[in-house]
This record gives sequence, C-alpha cells and structure tokens, in this order.
Amino acid sequence: MSPEEILSIENLVKHFPLGGGLFSKPRAWVKAVDGVSFQVRKGEAFGLVGESGCGKTTLGQMIIRLIDPTSGSIRFQGKEIGSLSRQEMHPFRRKLQIIFQDPYSSLNPRMKVEAIVTEPLQAQGGMDRARRRRAAAEIIQKVGLREIDLLKYPHEFSGGQRQRIGIARALCVRPELIVADEPVSALDVSIQAQVINLLDDLKEDFDLSYVFISHDIGVVEHICDRIAVMYLGRIVEAAPASKLTLASRHPYTQALLAAVPKPDPHNRVRPFAMEGDVPNPIDPPAGCAFHPRCPHALGVCREKRPTGVTVDADHQVACWLNEGRGLESAV
Amino acid sequence: MSRSLLEIQDLTVDFHTPEGVGRAVDHVSFSLEKGETLGLVGESGCGKSITSLSILGLVPSPPGEITGRVLFEGRDLLKTHREEIRAVRGQDISMIFQEPMTSLNPVLTIGRQVAEPLVVHKHMSMEEARKEALQWLEHVKIPAAARRLDDYPHQLSGGMRQRVMIAMAMVCRPKLLIADEPTTALDVTIQSQILSLMLKLKEELGMSVLLITHDLGVVAQMARRVVVMYAGQVVEEASVTDLFDNPLHPYTQGLLRSIPGAGGKPAVGKKRLNEIPGTVPPITESIRGCTFAPRCARSFGACREKTPHLLTVGSGHRVRCRLFEKTSGGELK
Repeated sequence: MSPEEILSIENLVKHFPLGGGLFSKPRAWVKAVDGVSFQVRKGEAFGLVGESGCGKTTLGQMIIRLIDPTSGSIRFQGKEIGSLSRQEMHPFRRKLQIIFQDPYSSLNPRMKVEAIVTEPLQAQGGMDRARRRRAAAEIIQKVGLREIDLLKYPHEFSGGQRQRIGIARALCVRPELIVADEPVSALDVSIQAQVINLLDDLKEDFDLSYVFISHDIGVVEHICDRIAVMYLGRIVEAAPASKLTLASRHPYTQALLAAVPKPDPHNRVRPFAMEGDVPNPIDPPAGCAFHPRCPHALGVCREKRPTGVTVDADHQVACWLNEGRGLESAV
Repeated sequence: MSRSLLEIQDLTVDFHTPEGVGRAVDHVSFSLEKGETLGLVGESGCGKSITSLSILGLVPSPPGEITGRVLFEGRDLLKTHREEIRAVRGQDISMIFQEPMTSLNPVLTIGRQVAEPLVVHKHMSMEEARKEALQWLEHVKIPAAARRLDDYPHQLSGGMRQRVMIAMAMVCRPKLLIADEPTTALDVTIQSQILSLMLKLKEELGMSVLLITHDLGVVAQMARRVVVMYAGQVVEEASVTDLFDNPLHPYTQGLLRSIPGAGGKPAVGKKRLNEIPGTVPPITESIRGCTFAPRCARSFGACREKTPHLLTVGSGHRVRCRLFEKTSGGELK
C-alpha cells in the first residue's frame, strides 16, 4: 500500500442471512456486497454510484464499521480495521465519520444542536464542556450557521440547514475520511448546490478525503476525482470522473449516463429505455449480473462472471466485451 | 381562449393553521391546450402539488380555502357538485402520484384496481373490465401480465407499481393526465423507461399532460411549455426552449445554473456550482414585495415594496420581476 493511500478495500463481502431462526439455517443469503476492492488516496473524493439495492450504502457503512463485513479487508492508513473489536475500533472512530442522507431522521429531535454536534467529542472524551462548546461554536460557523443556532432544536431548521448540522457533527472531531451517503439527495436543487459547494470547501479547509455515495451521476461527477459504478454488489467500472462520463466502457455505465434526462430542450432524445429491472440480489443471474439487461450480451456473459480488465492505468472495467476491447465508448 | 382544455384563473389556496393563515397558492393562472405537455416546476413548498390537487377537488376544505376558477372544457370545476366531479375524476382527468407504494391499495389485487375505473365510469362488468385491464397491463409492459393480474402491490417493484398506476390512469382514455412527480421515487434507468412510456401513450391517446416536477432535466425532455413557481406564485412562464435559452427571472436563472453537469460535459477545471443563498420562506410568513427578493442578488429598493406583476415580455413569455417593469421613460430596465 502506497503511503498516499488513506483507505484500501480488498475483496470486501457482506452477505445478509434471510429467514432462518435461532436454531435453523437461513433460507438464503442476500449478497449485498460481493467482492469489492478499491483504494482512496489522501485528499481524494472517491464516488460510488449505483441504483437502489446495488450495495453502495452497505459498503459505506462497512467502511466505518457500522456493520461488520462477512469477509475481506478494510485497511485505513495502512492498518487493518475490518476485524477490530468495538473497543479496538474506538481510536479510529475519530478519524472516520459519516454524513447521512436524511437530514430529518438522522438528528435526534430532542437534542439541542450543541448536544448533537458535540456528542462525538464527548464520546471521544478528553475535553471538558467549555472546550467542547468552543469547538462547536467554531465548527457551526464553518458550515454556514450561526453560534446562536447551537441553542435551537433540529425542527427549527430547514432541510438544507439540518444537513449542515449533520456535517458539523461529522467535522467536530476533525476526521480524516468522511463517508457521505447521499448527502444531498433529499434536498432541493438550489439547496443541493449550497451543500455541494460547502462539502467542496470543507475538503480543502480540513484536508479531508471523501467516499461519496450517490445515485446521481451528475452530482458525483461534479464533486469526485474518481468514480466507481456498482451493480448488484460489485464494481463494474472505475475511472477518473471525466473519463468515466466521457469514455465509459461498461454498458451499464453507458446506460446510466444515457438515462439521465439532459436539461437541454434542443437535445431531446427519446428517453433511453433499458429493459427490465435490477435483478434480485438473493438470486443474481449467472455469469455477468448485468447480462439480462445488456444490449450487447454475448454467450460467455451468461456463463462466466467477467473479471476486471484494465483499460488504462486508472480505468478498470468488468465486462467480457472489453476483454477483447470490443465495446467502444459512446453507444 | 376557448381552445384551452384547462384554464386556471386566479387560483388561490389558503390554509388555516395554528400558526396563522398560509397562502400555499397565490393567484395562479395558466392554461393548457389540447395535446400539450405543460411542465409545472418548482422546489418543495412552492405550491405546485397543491395547485394540481385543487384541479380535481382533492384539497381538503377546511383547512384549505380555495378561490378562483378552474375551467375544464369551459366548466368551472370549483363550482361543480362533488358527485359530478367524481364523474370527471378518473374518466376525463386522471392523476398519477409520486409514491407508487402509498397510492395503490395494498389489499386489492392490481387487476381489480386497474379494472375499477372501467366498472365505475364505463359501467362494464368486472369480467369485461378485467379483460381490458389485462390489455393495459400488457400495454404498459408488465411482464407476464396475465399472471400478475392477481398479484398484490407489495409483490411488484417500484417501477412496476408505477406502471400499474399509469395503466389505472389510462384505462378510461382521459383527456388530461396530471402527473405529480411521476418518476421522482424511481432509479434513473427505471425513470427513463417510465418517461418513454408516458411519451408513447400521450401520442397514442392525444391527451394533454400537466407534468409536475422539480427536475429540470425531465422538463427539458418532456414539456412544450413551462410554468415556474416560487412561494405559491407563478414567477415565469415560457416555451421550453425560451426558458432554457433565455431565462428571465433571477430565480429561474439560479435554478438552471445550480444543476451539476449531468454527463457529456468535460469536467476540466471544476467550477463551483451557482447557488441560490437562503431558503424558501415558510408559507405562513408574509413577505412584503417580491417573495424572492430576500434571496435575489439583483433585488433593489422597489422589490421590497410592492409585489411585482406577471408581465408579458415576449410571445408567450411571462415573468414576475421588477427588472422588467417599464420605467417612466418606457424602457426596460
């Protein structure tokens, strides 16, 4: 692992049991995350894109150990944290923080903003109340709210402001890596832009690295340096942001990009209709999980799972067409 | 203006709440021609959904208080008796909602739900209606529709449920379809399936569509004309090309500039997104002058004093902004 890497995920797997009870075996397993590997460099914003059920949230929650991986490795600053116990994990909690999607359900309505923002500091210990209060006052201004707002309750704020409180809570302990799980999805367009700009600024000010999870490829392209596209628990393509949007090689990435309605009435395309739904992760299709919806599927796609191919040094794609470099960008 | 299928005049909806009277919709007027798709755009709380609900008399009153006129084929629906409105709903005007999970009845099979409008409005027997329902389910591309007829909503995915909703809305071949954020709860690839289905059905049936959405991309792709709402008021109305090429209202301009580049554009030298400072005011707050002035970078003294009028500035282009009001010299500022 090179020194500039802050996070390195190797073959990470999470299978959830389905059914079964105390004495019986589970009926089936949901393969939420099924062998994912990637690295995040220091100071980088790494984007994870995919549709609902692709496993991106599960992956994000494993990174900060909110849920335990089934197997695989999570190395943070060179140290394996995937198998640490609760207590062993404690010193790392300060460095790894998360911002949640829903600014309404992720703040305790009975706590004042000051208590919300300083709770991580309290959990870390070693700071008296006065110092925590000063830290909160400083951080709340960094996220664009006022010191007086610390005395209010969450219901007194709008969605965008609540998201700022959630960001302040994550920032308070001066983390090094933030997992941002759909941080702007619940917000209106004009407010979304405010929060994206704020996250951009804070990244510089606090020397942060992000794992940025979103279903919105436009948002991810704007904020991230590199992007990985997930489908049914696996990464199907990973590349620098501009390369992924301009020269994608995986049919699924291309379909995702084509499906975004362009805000340009002169460029009207018949909405691109990729057939079918995302398959059930309990019983994913054999071979490449995307083959039932793929317009270019070959015989081999139905039988064998594609391995990752490196197109360029920084561009990987898991697709049989690319083994022979068959699929050109832009369908 | 007898050509219009739907004409809304001075529609105002007040809600009486413990915090005071909130004006959710403030003197909204617009019209919808036959066969036209009109986009109604705005952020949460701008009154777009309440506007659409009041067309069909679905705003509970009290606490709501509705004034103005909603003319559908020349008849004022606000003055029409409840029973007669029921005959219009689902037959001449139907509606699809954002949440396919909550807007289908969980204890009825989808076959029954799609057939019901036919039984009610076309007086078909349940058997005939089910046959036609099956055709519609096939038409909206529900796979293995014949087997699905006896499924319950929870057995379907989100995209499939939205297809069922569309089938339900279409069975009586309505003249007007009101689609309130029809794809917001769906993934992008499913969204594009649903949008292309809506386009196809619109062409087949020649119906008009009132498309309510916050997504400017969806509007650019689907609508012919666009009405932009802010804080209960129409702030701009224009053809879709005019609106995107030459947005006049500072709010519309801000909205368009705050969209992050959705693919296709090179991401060299990432710029900051244009943001509109501040937040939408709560509806119970009464604002003197222009409702957008507190967030507007170009506001000046007069903006805070009097509510600007909706001015016609070009063919079919209306804007509610003081910047375009004629000065005493007769020139545009």
